[in-house]
Amino acid sequence: MSQGYLVFVEQRNGQLRKASVEALSEAKRRAQSGETVTAFLVGSGVKALAAEVAKYEPSSILVADSEQFASYSTEAFTAAAAEAVKKCDPRYVFAAHTAMAKDFIPRVAARLDAPCIADVMALQQEGSNLLPVRPMYSGKCWGVYEIDAPLSFITLRPNVFAVNEQGAAAGAVEDLAVTSDKVTAKVVAVHASEGAKIELSEAAIIVAGGRGIKGPENWPVLQSLCDALGAALGASRAVVDAGWIDHQFQVGQTGKTVSPQLYFACGISGAIQHLAGMSSSKVIVAINKDPDAPIFKFANYGIVGDVLEIVPKLTSEVRKLHEHN
Amino acid sequence: MKIAVCVKAVPDTETKIAIAADKKNIDYTGVRFITSPYDEFAIEEALKQKEKHGGDTTVIALGGAECTDVLRDSLARGIDSAVHLSDADFANLDTLSTAKVLAAAIKDGGYDLVFCGHQGAGGDNSQVPSMLAELLGCAQTTMVLKLEVEGTTFKAEREIEGAHESVEGTLPAVISCQKGLNEPRYPGIKGVMAARRKEIAVKDATALGVKGSVGGANVKVRIKEMMLPPDRPQGRKIEGDVDSQVKELVSLLHSEAHVL
Repeated sequence: MSQGYLVFVEQRNGQLRKASVEALSEAKRRAQSGETVTAFLVGSGVKALAAEVAKYEPSSILVADSEQFASYSTEAFTAAAAEAVKKCDPRYVFAAHTAMAKDFIPRVAARLDAPCIADVMALQQEGSNLLPVRPMYSGKCWGVYEIDAPLSFITLRPNVFAVNEQGAAAGAVEDLAVTSDKVTAKVVAVHASEGAKIELSEAAIIVAGGRGIKGPENWPVLQSLCDALGAALGASRAVVDAGWIDHQFQVGQTGKTVSPQLYFACGISGAIQHLAGMSSSKVIVAINKDPDAPIFKFANYGIVGDVLEIVPKLTSEVRKLHEHN
Repeated sequence: MKIAVCVKAVPDTETKIAIAADKKNIDYTGVRFITSPYDEFAIEEALKQKEKHGGDTTVIALGGAECTDVLRDSLARGIDSAVHLSDADFANLDTLSTAKVLAAAIKDGGYDLVFCGHQGAGGDNSQVPSMLAELLGCAQTTMVLKLEVEGTTFKAEREIEGAHESVEGTLPAVISCQKGLNEPRYPGIKGVMAARRKEIAVKDATALGVKGSVGGANVKVRIKEMMLPPDRPQGRKIEGDVDSQVKELVSLLHSEAHVL
């Protein structure tokens, strides 16, 4: 009978994705006695990463290490994952809800005629059954899901599940041979995005700007605060549509959904579509000159005033704090 | 070139969501349905590819009566024909069942390109395009920002965390679209008038050959309970002059909220 967990551990350029380590940690916490947690790596030259994965103490590590995985293709990764499932017959397959997993995990699920539940932000447990909890309507409500299948795929939202302490390296490493299917589309090049220093969906702190920054010439004011905090820059839809910044920075409906520890909404009034994308942030700070802006209803801390006056002072105050600590 | 576009009718994104009495769905009372905002990019891309390569475009929607206006919206923007997949068995399908119904409607159509929004606003699952590509046994590329089609091949750019990937593949392909790919056009009055006169083909589970294989006991994922997110804690406005406001804020974030 199917049992235990298979966790797809994503790597890019030889680095494990933190969100994948979160997923592996959560599987370890969920596994009951006798249930195995198998980590699963795919790539070219990734076997060396198994030692890194082992620190999170999976029962074993499957490695599909082959030249055919050097660049990403949905079909090759689907074939590898389907093979891994066949080999360890898990009850649950976990992956981080990243661009890569969003692309190929549903395809694996369809191949194996198994259900898939995406962007999960909490797991309830009923006996040995997991009940995934996920946002719907871009976070305006949550759904608790029941799964009626021996195998299911669950992708976990980055930044929500804790990373376990590293332990004594554990888990036997085993090679997984994958016969490649025909590949009809594949990645031929990867280009780093311009401007984005820290990825929005994985950032612990986000500083986002809206109309209140008055014009695109003022992004450096927010970027300085980002640099002081180690934060990612975000934007409201209004300023993206106005052409002040590229859409990759947009938070909210038609943009990105984020759950950082700390979110600064600078000159953002708080349209329902924006709130949808960020209201699961742990702590929200709103800075807006309109005391009646809806964003204040969602903010833990609010300051009524001019963003361009407040943010530079905030930046130097944050720098002072960091110098003293 | 034959092009299909899958669209979803979803509650207007301005809607304030309330939970229905049985807690298994949202309360649809007074809800206005619109084309899912991500699907607007899919419709636009279908129209652009047709303008470039010729051929015809078909829009497909799965769901109840709410689909009619949404299909007419696509027709008004310039899509040639519309198909409504409608059956009592199609209520509350999970993502894989949804993909199975769509695949049944698409598989024998000889389509070169199938465009979808990268997710439906509402379920926000972001799964159907990839599942559909698997069921059709064809190429896929998701979260696309740029697309060029030449003969039987395509080049696409897709967004990943902090980077863009260039993808090359062969048709037929399922392409999931997102903001940045194009600027969706809005229907003009002439288009709206013409769309009213067009017929919408309706296909049920039997016509699609999926009777008994989707819906009912085939649904493997169900919503047990829906709820509103927990209320955010009562916030506080920090008063005083700017210098003291900023000092107090940083101190609270550090010692009270422990996030700095």
